[in-house]
Amino acid sequence: MKVSFFGVMPHRELPDDFEKKYKSVWVDPPFHELADPARVGQFYNWTLDEYAHAAKAGFDGVCLNEHHQNAYGFMPGPNLMASALARETNQLNTAIVMLGSTLTTNFPLRIAEEYAMIDAISGGRIVAGMPPGSSMDANQAYGVPPIETRERSAEAHDLILRAWAAKKPFAFNGKYTKLPKVNIWPRPIQKQPPVWIPGAGSASTWEYVARNQHCYCFVSFFGRKMAQNVLDGYWASNDKLGLDRNPYRAGFNQVCVVGETDESCERENAKHIEYFYRRSMHVPEHYWALPGYQDYPSLEKAVRSGVAAKVSEKLAQFKTYKYKDFVNEEMIIAGGPETVRDRLIDLAKRLRIGNLMLVMQLGSMPPELTKKSIDLFTSKVLPHLRGVWGDEWENHWWPERCRAKPSVKNVERANA
Amino acid sequence: MNAVTRHERTLSLWGKQIKPRVLFGGNGPPLIFLHGAGGLLWDDFLDALARKYTVYAPEFPGTSPGEYDAIKVLDDWHDLVVYYSELIDELGIKDATLVGHSFGGMIAAEIAAASPRSIAKLVLLSPLGLWRDDAPIPPWLSMNAAEMAEVFFYDQDVAKRFMLTPEAIATQPDLVLAATWALACAGKFTWPIPDRGLRDRLHRISAPTLLVWGDKDKLVSPVYAYGAIKTSSFRRSTQPISRPVLRTRGYRSFLRPATH
Repeated sequence: MKVSFFGVMPHRELPDDFEKKYKSVWVDPPFHELADPARVGQFYNWTLDEYAHAAKAGFDGVCLNEHHQNAYGFMPGPNLMASALARETNQLNTAIVMLGSTLTTNFPLRIAEEYAMIDAISGGRIVAGMPPGSSMDANQAYGVPPIETRERSAEAHDLILRAWAAKKPFAFNGKYTKLPKVNIWPRPIQKQPPVWIPGAGSASTWEYVARNQHCYCFVSFFGRKMAQNVLDGYWASNDKLGLDRNPYRAGFNQVCVVGETDESCERENAKHIEYFYRRSMHVPEHYWALPGYQDYPSLEKAVRSGVAAKVSEKLAQFKTYKYKDFVNEEMIIAGGPETVRDRLIDLAKRLRIGNLMLVMQLGSMPPELTKKSIDLFTSKVLPHLRGVWGDEWENHWWPERCRAKPSVKNVERANA
Repeated sequence: MNAVTRHERTLSLWGKQIKPRVLFGGNGPPLIFLHGAGGLLWDDFLDALARKYTVYAPEFPGTSPGEYDAIKVLDDWHDLVVYYSELIDELGIKDATLVGHSFGGMIAAEIAAASPRSIAKLVLLSPLGLWRDDAPIPPWLSMNAAEMAEVFFYDQDVAKRFMLTPEAIATQPDLVLAATWALACAGKFTWPIPDRGLRDRLHRISAPTLLVWGDKDKLVSPVYAYGAIKTSSFRRSTQPISRPVLRTRGYRSFLRPATH
């Protein structure tokens, strides 16, 4: 298994009455009331430090994403962060997992160019995630008509892959981008960087990922229970299409913190976990998908199957959760190293995922505590995870030079 | 008063790619009604019009049953305007009286500007389509049902009859789906700012035009009505334009069929 560190670059000092006083953490929060530009500069540097620390401590990858106009995690330019990290990790074999530049909020050719630059600076270590962008980002912050989100993403995806591969300049006559002569400089070092596509359970995305032989990622903060249906659906869809069950075809994002023991973990992290779900995730329910963001079949499925109502119930529920509830509901995986190890192995096997992303800095969690959790994880948990899938499968969705197979010892440890 | 007998017919347009349902009924000269962003609802208002007119109410592309993908084939605003011209031709209506409400008003005004000779009379009920920085139109697509009710309705008791409750997702899934998708389809041409340049084409409208507005309208402020009348483009139009009629009084006399 490949495991990446994920930090979202949050506002770490929102006021105690934030969720009562303000409508939303996304789109609407007034910057000048809630933040100080110089302090925010420190947050960025803390975040970069934590990423670098995670890479040096032994994570297989560092994972970055793009979000706009919010205090949940404001990395509007993940490529800027990635560029700094690519340079800083040049002596390591860490993958730079971009999950990534959002296809609808950037000029597509710019993504092709910047990803190629990151691949160049890192010596061929980029994973080229291609998310459409959340509804808050794409539709509200960047004004993309919701119903065009998918179509724009698909077109940008095609243009980027073609721009990387083309031997000669070509004209591109898309609906949203028209170019007379595409001939980008530089090109990625990797022949084609691996592509990951985040999805939220739409059958059309499963099929799209399969058709293009990409990796499907379910990026969620709600844990295994809410993910099981989605990943089960993905694997069933792949079976129907005749694809193998290589677990590296799938990725999942899990909130995770590690302490010396279950008790000390709770003592040190409870308030940060609760801060995250109450304040950093304080988003009006309807913001998650403006009408049209989901295609009609997905909308219909969500409404008629009762999933939409269930999600709605869950979103309302977790606002009152305490740390223990998040743990018991499997929304977070937290505790001493043994607890975290067992639960992550269980999660990986049940969802059948080979690429695991762990959100280990979130909300108000300070740098020292984050680094402590990282160190405990990489020294006491990670060695047991590497061999979860044995050596039966090749991770085609990981940069080739970072792909070394797990040692026999690690395989034995994971299966012990 | 009794409701008018309503019929429906499905057209085949845009190279058979769009098959909109058209509700129609009533007696008298033809009147085409273009509904707003929330979808078509044949209500008392259309019944009232149908007593003097044969009312044709086409559903916006993508909002007819089973036709959700039809919206995909209209790429842009130009496509949409040409599409409506095709629809009016297919209905076989010449010298149409065109009535458009809100988003439908934005389309109706555009049709009247694009083909002025095809429209005999134009009625715009608090239409979208223009933009003023001093009266920005709230981004309704990013609102929940309660927030929408607040801007769509003056009388919140009336709103309760029309707006879906959070429980509707379980009790009325069909209505939730239809309403959500209607907003999604209209959003293609109204999000993020419902302005596709109509201001520059208003001068081409030559049909006698009636503006009907609620003076408490919170979605499209009535300042748009006064503004539209003051613009030189409207004054240049070949027919005099009516004064804005606030609180929706007055449309009946204007719409009285001509006695020629």
